[in-house]
Amino acid sequence: MSTNEGSGLSRRGFLAISSATLGGVMLAPGVRLIEVASARAPEQAASKQVRWGLLIETDKCATGCDDCVKACATENGIKDTGRPRTDAQWIRKVELKDRRSGRTHSVPVMCQHCEHPPCVDVCPTGASFKRADGIVLVDRHTCIGCRYCMMACPYKARSIVFDDVTDQNPDVPRGKGCAEGCTLCVHRIDRDRQPACVEACTKAGHNAMIFGDLNNPQSEIAQRVAKFGTSKIRADLKLNPAVRYQGL
Amino acid sequence: MRWLPNPIPAPAFSLTGAQEHSSLRLDGTRLGFALLIALLVPALALTAERVPKPAINIEKPGRCVEDTATMRRGHPDMLRHQRDLTVRDGIRTRQHSLQGCIECHASARTGSVLGDKGFCQSCHDYAGVKLDCFECHTSRPKLATGAKP
Repeated sequence: MSTNEGSGLSRRGFLAISSATLGGVMLAPGVRLIEVASARAPEQAASKQVRWGLLIETDKCATGCDDCVKACATENGIKDTGRPRTDAQWIRKVELKDRRSGRTHSVPVMCQHCEHPPCVDVCPTGASFKRADGIVLVDRHTCIGCRYCMMACPYKARSIVFDDVTDQNPDVPRGKGCAEGCTLCVHRIDRDRQPACVEACTKAGHNAMIFGDLNNPQSEIAQRVAKFGTSKIRADLKLNPAVRYQGL
Repeated sequence: MRWLPNPIPAPAFSLTGAQEHSSLRLDGTRLGFALLIALLVPALALTAERVPKPAINIEKPGRCVEDTATMRRGHPDMLRHQRDLTVRDGIRTRQHSLQGCIECHASARTGSVLGDKGFCQSCHDYAGVKLDCFECHTSRPKLATGAKP
């Protein structure tokens, strides 16, 4: 057992490694080092090994609570123009009721970040695309505002911007005439942060949203998906969305 | 040069001598008039300063990411290359990013690269090149150093 010299590992080094390993399991509720472990350098491209996903625990999501929707609007600069029918909508709360049992659910619905996204299939310019790590995005530089993606999306997740936009978040450029939708806060993910909705939900103590890598068996989201029966909305379409609902 | 006389087509049939002579004389006066205008116009333009020279105030003096000549000619290509890397691959390096440009070049007075004296707009106005970055991107730096007008 006195082979500290042999292994080339000092006591200090061993402590550092073991604390890092412990930290990898859980730092605080909702803050895990597992995501940090899969961090990539800014000059490194998004990896195919990763598939970002969201898990929504429907029994923790309260009716009338819209903390996630508000956080999304603040983060991405979505402002109320007073015309709710045509305002951009990246995330919305949907109230569901099972007519037989009377059980109700209130769940957030946003872009489901499909594995086989119909919005990408129909885009005539290639502006709607799926990133290597599974995030479905609009490249506004090539979007011509034709709105085919809005028609194709079975989740009504895409919007078009009708008005000039000013004072955008520097990380979230938005403008008139482009289709847009939930980006899973890709600018935050690229800097190893969680999406704004998940952060707000955790901060408010609801803990109804879990963000993580579906491909990493160590991640909480993957473990939960493996353990519980999580459902996909419109699973019959076989689009394999990355947003999963538990208890729906 | 619209004001220069058009070449008069050769007559299909012969004209009288007097008519031919008058048409030639008219041509000469037109040419003289055109020359006068051609000489006057640049002089007028210089005095009037219809197009102001770009206001290039570097707020944060220091090294740009490339030398000035490369930046002047190549900045659109750099930005276009960087934007595809960022949007498509998620590579968010600062070297050739639009945010990087804005952070150094935003005016201390307005906090923006737009406006008459703004770094981007004044030069694009001078060159007559459409500047459409800021239809979607903000023209202000991330750290709110410049006060909002």
